[in-house]
Amino acid sequence: MAAPSAVLKSEWTKVRTVSSTMWTLAAALVLTAAVGALLSGVMNATFDDLSEAERLTFDPTLVSFFGMMLGQLAMVVFGVLVISTEYSSGMIKTSLAAVPQRATFYVSKVAVATLLALIVGLLTSFLTFFLGQSLLGDHKASIGDENVLRAVIGAGLYMAVIAMFSMGVAAMLRSTVLSLGLLMAFFFLISSILAGVPATRDVARYLPDQAGSRVMQVVPGALNSDETPYGPWGGFGIMCAWTAVALIGGYIVLKKRDA
Amino acid sequence: MIEAQGLTKTYGGKTAVYNLSFTVQPGVITGFVGPNGAGKSTTMRMILGLDEPTGGTVTVGGHPYRRLPNAPRQVGALLDAKAVHGGRSARNHLRCVAQLSGIPQRRVDEVLDVVGLREVAGRRSKGFSLGMGQRLGIAGALLGDPQILLFDEPVNGLDPEGILWIRNLMKKLASEGRTIFVSSHLMSEMAVTADHLIVIGRGQLMADMSVRDFINTHSASYARVRVPDGEQAAREKLSAALTEQGAHVQPEDDGALRVGGMPLPRISDLAHDAGIRLWELSPHEASLEEAYMRMTQGAVDYRSTADHRAGLQQAGPVPPQGYAAPGPGYAPPMGAPGMPPAGPGVPQPGPGVPGMPPPGVQPGYAPPPPQGYAPPPPPAAPQAPAGAAAPAPREGETRR
Ligand SMILES: Nc1ncnc2c1ncn2[C@@H]1O[C@H](COP(=O)(O)OP(=O)(O)OP(=O)(O)O)[C@@H](O)[C@H]1O
Ligand SMILES: [Mg+2]
Repeated sequence: MAAPSAVLKSEWTKVRTVSSTMWTLAAALVLTAAVGALLSGVMNATFDDLSEAERLTFDPTLVSFFGMMLGQLAMVVFGVLVISTEYSSGMIKTSLAAVPQRATFYVSKVAVATLLALIVGLLTSFLTFFLGQSLLGDHKASIGDENVLRAVIGAGLYMAVIAMFSMGVAAMLRSTVLSLGLLMAFFFLISSILAGVPATRDVARYLPDQAGSRVMQVVPGALNSDETPYGPWGGFGIMCAWTAVALIGGYIVLKKRDA
Repeated sequence: MIEAQGLTKTYGGKTAVYNLSFTVQPGVITGFVGPNGAGKSTTMRMILGLDEPTGGTVTVGGHPYRRLPNAPRQVGALLDAKAVHGGRSARNHLRCVAQLSGIPQRRVDEVLDVVGLREVAGRRSKGFSLGMGQRLGIAGALLGDPQILLFDEPVNGLDPEGILWIRNLMKKLASEGRTIFVSSHLMSEMAVTADHLIVIGRGQLMADMSVRDFINTHSASYARVRVPDGEQAAREKLSAALTEQGAHVQPEDDGALRVGGMPLPRISDLAHDAGIRLWELSPHEASLEEAYMRMTQGAVDYRSTADHRAGLQQAGPVPPQGYAAPGPGYAPPMGAPGMPPAGPGVPQPGPGVPGMPPPGVQPGYAPPPPQGYAPPPPPAAPQAPAGAAAPAPREGETRR
């Protein structure tokens, strides 16, 4: 039986030796930081135009993470490609012939990619935070302020979990186009639309990205948004639960279906 | 050793492999032959645990593949699809596979040398030619220095030098006592490569015997006998005389007779006794390819037919040559060397074979051989094919 450490090492070589890894992770970092910086600067310049309520609940940490809206999409692409290119290239046959224990293969693959996403996620979140704060002038937060460090680390974790969720979905669908189409539409459109419409807002709160992003808020009800029925870690937990379901679903498909 | 017992696989409603039982022995090359869609790749995938059999079992070294200890060191495989991520260089691809089984990195360069890809090892495999891709796949199979090797159509895309190389490589590996299971469409290729043959058609076993036996059984010699043109009566008279003496006589398109089971001098004597002049009396050998095609005749999934080009004929001026009139190469695949083509639509009286379409209906239908192997009935009623060629059903084979 292939030793788990050998499989981990091989998965690391796999992820490191394709250029899509580099591009997607770099895009995640740059998009999150750049868009966050831009919006931080804009917010700083237009602070006085905000309503009274918004000013009272102003959350500089959250503002600097506004770029996550776009950056997470690059993480989605990273997560999807890690899994789906095994199928599109036929590499899955070579991989599973070498590691017939599908659980070992799957866990190693997800673990290696998640670790990489986590490192890049944390790098991104700290960079994004400091960059954003530097552009927020008098309204900036400091990393030493209450709950701010939690929010910054949370943002890094959020990116890693988004990647994991995408891996689970890709393992279920086995197709790059299908997985990306579904996840992009979901994260970019469906989730925000559902959260924006009052009728569906209460349900949309429990969607993975909506719940998970609560961890990036320092001020409850930031920028005069509704207060969530869960706390920052509660929301993150909901996101993790979704991710667990997706990953288990992916495993069942891998286990049951022909390669 | 690879052992399959009643192996069956259906995809949705389509049966790809049906009740297949065979054993692949170590120390010899076992050829796995069948037409397109016969189920060769499906069988290989089931051996590797990639596809789960719908019924039956297949074991490698006594274990189902998924429970085989240290599988990549025991089994190496080249699959028909290019199972490589195109964005990765050849060396990095092999490195990934090597790491899975704790094979030292040194070995990667060794196998790159063996398959002759050392020079392009740093290039992305996306840009590889068919043959280079095939060589990369072979390198991957050799990585773990395994005792059991599966090659799904290894010569596909290789140049003559490459074909010779892989043939010699397989022979060397087999001589070291390894188990070699190699698939091919070409009986002629297998006849010079393999020691043992497993022939399948439409997912069912058609023959399981040594190459020597296969040749002895199927490459029967026969004589071509021709009476002077226009002497129809003499031809019939000779045919009757020969048949009476136990020969197996079939008419051929050009008016000759194909006579099996009788030595040439005896034919001459009988013709002489009947007062018939002969214009031709020549010895012939039916090719293996021909025997194989006859065997799988009823089991070809994807048969080509003549291209009528309806609607194209009057479309514009016809190019000067070779477009409207199909050349010889357009004939349906048959016309094996050493045998005059049995053209489509030519009536062919002769012994009917149960389960086969009436002669002359099918393009590429060849008359049955003298001591013919009767192809099994069409798969509507699947069952183990009867006949001398098929092994006696093993226990359990009849279960399903
Ligand atoms: N994953 C699949 N889903 C559905 N049908 C399949 C699948 N794999 C194979 N088949 C069908 O099973 C049959 C056998 O296919 P297989 O690829 O095993 O044939 P083969 O002998 O390898 O043919 P070839 O010589 O063309 O490679 C074919 O009819 C094919 O359409
Ligand atoms: Mg095939």
